[in-house]
Amino acid sequence: MRDVAVIGVGCTNFGEWWDRSFRNLFVEAGVMAIEDANLAGEQIDAMYVGNMSAGRFIEQEHIGALIADYSGLATDNIPATRVEAACASGGLAFREAVISVASGMTNIAVAAGVEKMTDVDTSLSTDALAAAADREWEGFVGATFPGLYAMIATDYMHRYPLTREHLAQVAIKNHYNGARNPIAQFQKEITLDTVLNSTMVADPLRLFDCSPITDGAAAVVVAPLEMAKKFTDTPIKVLATAQASDTIALHDRRDVSTLDATVAAGNRAFKMAGLERKDIDFVEVHDCFTIAEICAIEDLGFCKKGEAGRLTAEGYTALDGNLPVNTSGGLKACGHPVGATGIKQVYEAVLQLRGEAGKRQVAGAEIGMTHNVGGTGATVAAHIFGRT
Amino acid sequence: MSVPRFWRKIPQRYNLEGTHCEVCGRYFFPPRNLCPDCRRDGKIVAHTFKGTGKIVTYSVIRTASDQFSALTPYVLAIVELEEGARMTAQVVVENPEDVYIGMPVKSVFRRLGTDGESGVISYGTKFVPA
Ligand SMILES: [Zn+2]
Repeated sequence: MRDVAVIGVGCTNFGEWWDRSFRNLFVEAGVMAIEDANLAGEQIDAMYVGNMSAGRFIEQEHIGALIADYSGLATDNIPATRVEAACASGGLAFREAVISVASGMTNIAVAAGVEKMTDVDTSLSTDALAAAADREWEGFVGATFPGLYAMIATDYMHRYPLTREHLAQVAIKNHYNGARNPIAQFQKEITLDTVLNSTMVADPLRLFDCSPITDGAAAVVVAPLEMAKKFTDTPIKVLATAQASDTIALHDRRDVSTLDATVAAGNRAFKMAGLERKDIDFVEVHDCFTIAEICAIEDLGFCKKGEAGRLTAEGYTALDGNLPVNTSGGLKACGHPVGATGIKQVYEAVLQLRGEAGKRQVAGAEIGMTHNVGGTGATVAAHIFGRT
Repeated sequence: MSVPRFWRKIPQRYNLEGTHCEVCGRYFFPPRNLCPDCRRDGKIVAHTFKGTGKIVTYSVIRTASDQFSALTPYVLAIVELEEGARMTAQVVVENPEDVYIGMPVKSVFRRLGTDGESGVISYGTKFVPA
């Protein structure tokens, strides 16, 4: 296998874009990534596109071809493949691009993610997102996506010393970071009162425990490390790519509050990189809900089960803490255009490792990690990156 | 948004008809045709569950998609059946505050939802306090 590096990144502003279409968003992110890599379009050998549910959100399928076409690459006949794994679609699209380059089948590959979620009303987007879980035996009986994570939170809070205030601290931290990220959907800091007084969605999760409905796209370019210096002075090496699966339904899990796919993907990533938890300078985790960030920090092995709430409240995961978590603002404040999220996490990791993260820069960041979850944990992608 | 209608013909929706692996002893609901432990060495047979169990975890859903919005707030739970299988279901109670982890429940046959105002009515299993 060849070593692989990220040589270019691009990301649209995340938000509610009623004046921009799916294809506009994608092209904007794609062009930024290609320009960032100093590439000409004809040098691209393949594209992998993460997208969860364009069929429900904009009633468009065949996304690989659409994106190749509007990127101006259809006449070059490059292979363009859509990758779907619910909210982990972007993470898996990135992994497919890395594998393709590592194998030698491809030299330059673009990994992208895109979702346009605000063209339908909330009821339909709620229903579309519920499709990330088991439609037949969860969604059909009235399980919503926030409802499933709320059941994780109920179980967790029954067994471990996690308070309602600890959960709120996750949102407060991520909004603080989002306020320092120019692409974030929410760029305002919030207080404990904001979270605790927001509308109850599914007990114990309130509106400010949930990531928003978002439009956005992100794209990155990967190349063999040995070629990377031809394009950029600051290639970022992919130290590990890992993926794991678990049961589609939450009720079939060994332990409702432990995402075994996160545990497995994390272990595989650390083994592949030959690194330990203490080597990680920052991590972008999948915080679709505040409880998800708590589980992610523990299941990736950064602390013992039951400790992440207290550590969050103590500032351990803050920008200036021992392990900054979700420097971008996470899904919570940066926004969660489901298929794009996994690529946006890579975008953030690359900016941090290049030292280009502005007001949210983690000083001296050398090694970073990303963690992207599909559904309630049925798919997980984990990646580790390092400066070269 | 419409619900796929063929599901109202699935027999397991109306009776707690699951499966049981005679090799390792595990019970499955929703039914599985392949035992995750024994795989092809397993021996899967039909099993009708007693319908009694207890609540593993729960939430009160306050925002739902259209076909459930008329029911909000409703209690959603993971129920562990006495035989050991777990399933997701609604729990019908007077007051959601009364629900707790470990609460004994039993299954009842109820209307689950409607596909629009005059659409197909779907039925299935809910639970009530035992
Ligand atoms: Zn068996």
